[in-house]
Amino acid sequence: MNASASLIEVSQLEAWYGRRRILKGVDFNVRAGEIRVIMGGSGSGKSTLLRHLLGLHRPRGGSIKLLGVDIGRASEAQMLGIRRQIGVSFQGGALLTSLSVGDNVALPLRELTSLDENTIRIMSRLKLEVVNLGGFQELMPAQLSGGMIKRAALARAIVMDPKLLFFDEPSAGLDPVVSAELDELILRLRDALRMTIVVVTHELESAFKIADTITVLDQGEILMTDTVDKVRHADNERIQDLLNRRPRETPVDADAYLRRLTEEHAAPV
Amino acid sequence: MNANECTSETLGDYVLVRLRGEVDLSWSQQVRRAILDALADTGKVGVELSEVSYIDSSGIAALVEGFQNARSRNRKFGLVAVSAAVMAVLQLARLDRVFPIFADLDAARSA
Repeated sequence: MNASASLIEVSQLEAWYGRRRILKGVDFNVRAGEIRVIMGGSGSGKSTLLRHLLGLHRPRGGSIKLLGVDIGRASEAQMLGIRRQIGVSFQGGALLTSLSVGDNVALPLRELTSLDENTIRIMSRLKLEVVNLGGFQELMPAQLSGGMIKRAALARAIVMDPKLLFFDEPSAGLDPVVSAELDELILRLRDALRMTIVVVTHELESAFKIADTITVLDQGEILMTDTVDKVRHADNERIQDLLNRRPRETPVDADAYLRRLTEEHAAPV
Repeated sequence: MNANECTSETLGDYVLVRLRGEVDLSWSQQVRRAILDALADTGKVGVELSEVSYIDSSGIAALVEGFQNARSRNRKFGLVAVSAAVMAVLQLARLDRVFPIFADLDAARSA
């Protein structure tokens, strides 16, 4: 695969929760080696987009290709092949509470490879060193702080040296120093291990620091995908509202409002 | 792209394991075996990395295991002519401060 090949190709993605349309014809492409930040307020659809990219939801419409494979049509074997090449660091960590930190990090290697146990031990502890948790392998997740859980989850996400790393809200709930360290680490992972990285965040400072390109989502639509500089200076009111933390003025449709309050079953949005 | 290759050369009491290409999960166990075999044969081993354009954690793990094996048996082990791509990965885990690293074979052999 050449350096400019797209690792993610999303075309006209539609997502619905019940009768509510969450993603409206989203196109989204990420090239190899790129750090892409998906930015948007609460309810913009960014988490829904991420869940579709991970194959956790099947698209209602449109297509998603990861590493050249259409995941809506992929066989189980193809999906397993994809999952070996992607890493995910979930917002809450998603560590298994009954396993030690070391066993959590080693889990993908034990489940998906036939490597020698010495190699597995060294690889997983190496990744704990990378995230500044060297020597913490014996602790249980309940003994970790929020920032440590996030770093342990990142260590597990990168333990297989994935081609594609997804990182959901790296800065949420962290103090500014730990948050800045994680931003720095994301940049170094891309440079040293050649990862392509997709970060979902609503933290502007972090987004501007790490992104090559930013996709701005708003109410299920992509407002813009461009470089940090172009997004910062975008001549778009909704983007500027988001960047300047201005509350949105939403128009009130009296009929729709009353229907929402009085109808037995909600009408589609 | 360089072809992946792992060769061992005996130079007196020194064995040089030369790696070439992209060291990843698909063949890093072969690298591990070559390093451990070299350490079984001699007291001084170097791993030459100038032609390595990428190394993943399983490749780094093979180097770490070799170094640990050498230390536990009082043998010498070092990395020789480390490429920029390998150095970036070593630095990521601060291993550049752990391994003996030599600019060239002469420096490694005389250490």
